[in-house]
Amino acid sequence: MHISEGILPPLWAGLWFAVAAPFVWLGLREVRRRSGTSPHFKVLTGLVGAAVFVISCMPIPVPFTGTTSHPCGTGLAAVIVGPAVTTVIAAIALLLQALFLAHGGLTTLGANIVSMGVVGAYAGWLVFAGLRRAGFGMVVAAGAAGLVSDWATYAATSGELAAALHGGATIAATFSAIALAFLPTQVPLGVLEAVVSGAAMKFLLARRPEFVGEPPAGPI
Amino acid sequence: MRAQGVLLALALPLWLAAVPFSAPAASAASDWAGVDEKVVEKFAHEAGRPPREPLIDTDRGDLLLFVFLVAGALGGFIAGYCYRALFPPRGGKKG
Repeated sequence: MHISEGILPPLWAGLWFAVAAPFVWLGLREVRRRSGTSPHFKVLTGLVGAAVFVISCMPIPVPFTGTTSHPCGTGLAAVIVGPAVTTVIAAIALLLQALFLAHGGLTTLGANIVSMGVVGAYAGWLVFAGLRRAGFGMVVAAGAAGLVSDWATYAATSGELAAALHGGATIAATFSAIALAFLPTQVPLGVLEAVVSGAAMKFLLARRPEFVGEPPAGPI
Repeated sequence: MRAQGVLLALALPLWLAAVPFSAPAASAASDWAGVDEKVVEKFAHEAGRPPREPLIDTDRGDLLLFVFLVAGALGGFIAGYCYRALFPPRGGKKG
């Protein structure tokens, strides 16, 4: 889902920075608030950030499609530290990837933050919170969060590309074409991300249950 | 619950086992290109906005290896330094 340097026209690139900025600000405020109440929170955020950085640039070969793609990790991160903090984590991970790994770009950083750090994180967290309130177990809810956040991230990228690059075609037609091109790789990878997220949750519940709480009713 | 655990434990090995079996189809198709290249950049090319060179190109010689080495060493040091904060002893015991 990394949109490389120079792909988006300047106007669109700027617009996505403007969309991402309030979410990053909200996340930074949340990091400060929770660090005040829990001395371990910043360190936990750093650990989750390292995991998101690695997961979101790790190419995984998808059998029978002949392509590789990467999971996002933002669904699991949102379950552990909340979606607002996950936006900050994704922003830092994407910045480092753009600077040192040619993975994404600096001008397209805003668009990539919106797809992975905002849409992916909030979609995953909403699914997790919804399933928990419906009575599903933590492992199933975390797995579903991983799946939905992965697919939502790629859907958002398709939307960003379609909006900027549709040319003579309609945005809906371009969106469908891009989303369909992602489909063969991302459907199995989303399932894999669900399994990994569920397994990570199972591990955390067994070893460090204090890291994973119920979705907070108040601030996110 | 046990079946769920077995499923989780088998998923990754099964996935990895399927990769070499799908190699003939894969090599004909694309040599394991990433979707960023195969989808995002393909549509960008078609739309007349190909990607530009990255501002910092680390894909030269061993530069990328060096970057990974520095980041790994730095990250490992910080994780070690903050180990107690990351994994506090259970029950508040010091040790």
